[in-house]
Amino acid sequence: MDNEKSTHELVVQMQSITKQFPGVVANDQVDFDLRKGEVHALLGENGAGKSTLMNVLAGLYKAEAGSIIVHGKPANFGSPREAIEAGIGMVHQHFMLVPSQSVTENILLGLKEPRFRMKLPEYTRKVTEIAKKFGLQIDAEAKVWQISVGEQQRVEILKMLYRGADILIMDEPTAVLAPTEIDELFNTLRSMTEQGKSIVFISHKLNEVVDIADRVTVLQKGKVTSAGINTKDVTKADLAHLMVGREVIFRVEKKDVEVGEVVLNVNDLKAFNDKGIQSLNGVDLNVKEGEIVGLAGVSGNGQNELAEALTGLRPVTEGTVEVNHKDVTNQPVKLGIRHGISLIPADRTHVGTAPNLSMTDNVIMKNYDQSPIAKGWRVLTSEANKYASGLKDSFDIMVPTIDTSVRLLSGGNLQKVILAREISSEPKLMIAVQPTRGLDVGAIEGVQKLLLSQRESGAAILLISEELEELLSLSDRIYVIYEGKIMGEVNDGDIDKIGQMMTGTPLEQIEKEGVN
Amino acid sequence: MDFILILASGIATGTVLLYATVGEIFAERSGILNLGVEGMMLIGAMSAYKAAAATNNAWIGLLVAMLAAGLVSQVHAFITITLQADQVISGLALNFLATGISLVLGEGLTSLRDVVPQLPKYSIPGLSQIPWLGGIFFDNHSIMVYIGYLFIPLAWYFINRTRPGLHLRSVGEYPAAADTLGIRVYFTRYLYVFVGGLLAGLAGATISLSISPGWFGGLTTAGQGWIAVGLVIFAQWNPFRAAFGGFTFGALRRLVLDLQGPVTIFGLSNPFHYNIHYGFFLKMIPYLFTIVFLVIGSREANRKRIGTPAALGLPYIRGQRGL
Amino acid sequence: MADISVKESAPKWQFPFKIKIENRIENPPRWLSPVLSLAAVIIALLIGAVVIKIAGGDPWAAYVHIAKFSLGSVGVLSDTLVKAIPLMLVGLACSIAFRMKLWNIGAEGQFFLGAFGASMVVLLPVLPMEAPKWQFILVTAGFGMLFGALWGFIPGFLKARYNVNEIISTLMMNYIAIEWNNYFIYGVWSEGGFQMSRMFQRNAWFPRLTDLAKRWPFFGGLTTHFGLVLAIVAAIILWWVLSKSRWGYEIRLIGDNPRAAEYAGISIKKNIVLVMIVSGALAGLAGASEIMGVVHRLQGAISPGYGYTGIIIAWLAKLNPLAVILASILFGALILAGREVQPSGIPTLIQGLIMVFLIASDFFYRNRVRITRKVED
Repeated sequence: MDNEKSTHELVVQMQSITKQFPGVVANDQVDFDLRKGEVHALLGENGAGKSTLMNVLAGLYKAEAGSIIVHGKPANFGSPREAIEAGIGMVHQHFMLVPSQSVTENILLGLKEPRFRMKLPEYTRKVTEIAKKFGLQIDAEAKVWQISVGEQQRVEILKMLYRGADILIMDEPTAVLAPTEIDELFNTLRSMTEQGKSIVFISHKLNEVVDIADRVTVLQKGKVTSAGINTKDVTKADLAHLMVGREVIFRVEKKDVEVGEVVLNVNDLKAFNDKGIQSLNGVDLNVKEGEIVGLAGVSGNGQNELAEALTGLRPVTEGTVEVNHKDVTNQPVKLGIRHGISLIPADRTHVGTAPNLSMTDNVIMKNYDQSPIAKGWRVLTSEANKYASGLKDSFDIMVPTIDTSVRLLSGGNLQKVILAREISSEPKLMIAVQPTRGLDVGAIEGVQKLLLSQRESGAAILLISEELEELLSLSDRIYVIYEGKIMGEVNDGDIDKIGQMMTGTPLEQIEKEGVN
Repeated sequence: MDFILILASGIATGTVLLYATVGEIFAERSGILNLGVEGMMLIGAMSAYKAAAATNNAWIGLLVAMLAAGLVSQVHAFITITLQADQVISGLALNFLATGISLVLGEGLTSLRDVVPQLPKYSIPGLSQIPWLGGIFFDNHSIMVYIGYLFIPLAWYFINRTRPGLHLRSVGEYPAAADTLGIRVYFTRYLYVFVGGLLAGLAGATISLSISPGWFGGLTTAGQGWIAVGLVIFAQWNPFRAAFGGFTFGALRRLVLDLQGPVTIFGLSNPFHYNIHYGFFLKMIPYLFTIVFLVIGSREANRKRIGTPAALGLPYIRGQRGL
Repeated sequence: MADISVKESAPKWQFPFKIKIENRIENPPRWLSPVLSLAAVIIALLIGAVVIKIAGGDPWAAYVHIAKFSLGSVGVLSDTLVKAIPLMLVGLACSIAFRMKLWNIGAEGQFFLGAFGASMVVLLPVLPMEAPKWQFILVTAGFGMLFGALWGFIPGFLKARYNVNEIISTLMMNYIAIEWNNYFIYGVWSEGGFQMSRMFQRNAWFPRLTDLAKRWPFFGGLTTHFGLVLAIVAAIILWWVLSKSRWGYEIRLIGDNPRAAEYAGISIKKNIVLVMIVSGALAGLAGASEIMGVVHRLQGAISPGYGYTGIIIAWLAKLNPLAVILASILFGALILAGREVQPSGIPTLIQGLIMVFLIASDFFYRNRVRITRKVED
């Protein structure tokens, strides 16, 4: 083991780092080190403190205590710029690219050169050269909003390399990539380590960590449970245990439920997105009572638009949506709510809730105009409070009082508020978009249990998610969407088939090729 | 009706609008909405007048005006950038504050009418002889007009073709990205709000020391600061369009005044001549046109989607948790 | 090794307290809101005092004068209330709009149109000259609200349909309203070529306290008029609508997060138009009541910027209709007695200062200041 690298030159040493936010200790005396030329994974569930730790290293946060040594010199970065000067570059989960500007402009952003005049042609050439040197495929003149997600990520990497970074921090880089793009990324990372770069790979996905990383450090609720162990020496189960501290059930308990009538029937659905591009190109799918139907796909292939089109938030240009055999295409949202259509939106802070209003005001969003909460023109405060208290108890929502503004709630509790609101309206059709994104394992389990119990009660659930594992464990059937069309449907959880469909190969083609 | 005169007048009054509008463009490009332009212009007009009278030098008056308005703008900057309060309300408050200060410090200035030096006027030799265009653009204009001609392309070039301009735009589009690359978001915003203030003060000084010399209390600016804010939308945050909008608007105001003169217009009996009360409807026209400009500008912004600085109006908080 | 937490090595005297500013994790205490409002007013008055001092006046005398001449006796109290009436209605107009984050800066113009509408009833005329008082009250108030509503509808429609920035459009409508009224004041309804209409006949006037002097001599000379009743009733109705009704819930939801409101099926465009209509109607009612209760003719000078002051009042009252009543009386006092304070821009300056400090104080709503003793480590 030690033979592979004759010297373990440490490029980064973080010792006893403590970082606090009001009400929570995000990093509690964390130690972390990085060797030259390695891929070191930082593993932990959502909220464990991985991004926070790296944000400290990259100069975005200042730790309350602890020390950092980079390339043998003590470091106390007051800003991202100082960290970059020391050779540390971070590629964030949400890309820090200005969409309306070109690739070259984005790469040049924040630099002292060019001094005053932009001289774009000259720098475009420079950028293209450096990209070639590292084997990164990009179009230096394109505007960022025009290029694909995978290419945007390459631009982010290039941004750091252009600045001479030799330590790269990748924060959940595969969240937005399709399986083939993930392979490309891993190849890129490997070639970089061969050229002497050192990489920190932040992830909550065990499979990937085991695949790409040389060593792994596991964080749990802000503390290190295991530092710098070789990935060859450890099993996935061990890692999972270190991540969570208890036995993680890889598969959720799913009862057999008798499937009933078709509740949702979507036929050749077409719609435009906000930019005027056709994002739904003829979607066909159906969901029956008592089943969870998953919709897999890389983000940006029409999932959000589909959820909006089904609930009346987005105009449908062609095709039909039927709920319980009634044509509900393009009907007003309120009517949909009356018919038992329920949406759990992807963006819980900016769409699903009103941040400054109380929990009570938030949970009555669907039924404020129906009895018993509404009476004539009034909203009966006593009834509303009763309703809210009831939900608080049955869904175990942690909130000081029902009058607390929901912007003060944690992600998990916020999602509970939304779920409580939607579920208690006893929906016939539930459309859940990314319901567990950003939640910690305890909250994820809670949400998944709720979805399953709805399934048992006979609800029809359409689960739109980017987490393949979640789809596989919860869904009875899985559709795959690509560029606004359904590529196919599988009910045997065949990951290879799903992966191929996610990158654009329709099911018939896969099966044809499979036969050959 | 002398069209040359109307258009020339348009250039003159339009110059005032142009400075104020481009100033606000700078502020908005950095992501901060500053509705206090009217108040800042008023402070500019007042302090220019007062300082010019005190020092008997119009240029010092101009300088003082710029600094005064720039200083006041920093109140808004502090409240919106550091305290992260709502930008709309803060801008309105700034207007009240600046107007109040102007009225208080401007007491008794009206009586100074003939004593205050004005900024010089020039005709450009050679260019002013060009038929039609010469009379409109180069004849007997305040020096501020000629400075304006140079200022517009320079402003455009700065914003779109220079490195600091790139930084400015990125702060207004995606401050988090700029921050991670070491650009000082707060400082940039403070700076360009200040620039907006400087230019609003300049615009105000242009009024009281040049285009409509004098101090008339709150009426000195007559809503032009607000029109400038509206023009920013019409201009799609582009200095050239801002100039076009400003000049057009200025011409419109003059046209409206002159419309009451002639007995016939294009051969038809002129209703505005015969009933002077109809003049009030004429006075409405500039404001109606602003609304029309707004509709046009908003529809374009909706269609193109790459007009409005994406982060406009939103406070920037580093490391905001919970995306 | 660099230790991040220790910044200086040599011991020297340090400020014994550590001041930390951090985001709140719970709702702020209920007393914070009125305390901050009060603090803003006090600080503004203090700065105003400094300015008066610099300008050569006597701040204490000025403020005592203001207090005496606005609240010092029943007579001046009545005058203060008269000034407060249009402020209340305009403050209410701004409150409902601001609750939905609709920035109605056009209350001034809607005020003017309301004045126009009410005058029209008498001058067109819509009612015969000898019509009974109650008819005049009803119809003038109604027309005032109608025309104010129209003036609010236009920018509301433009916003809903074309997403036109309502701040600028309502402001432009203010200037247009002035010219509109001027046309009628200088022209059609001008009395003897003067810049005002004829005086309205007595039975068209809003009833005033002084009308009751024959029965109760105590009320002699008090010009508080019926508009006060209208204003207080409007405040109560608005309070009820905002806090207890379904529509009020919708307005608050849209104001807080329009996307969430959409997702709940609430029509934002419809509400933009509706709220602007109601806001305009309230401001129009303010204009009508000022004409029918105070001025009794249509003229150019009917508002010392009521529409704009209404914005500050709404903000000071934290958009609460009942608090608007209180804030209006405060500002009524300021405007009434402030007229005699030198320099004359002081009341405007104080209003501006109040607003600035109010907004700045919002910071403490979201953040907590913690002062802890620094312990030597």
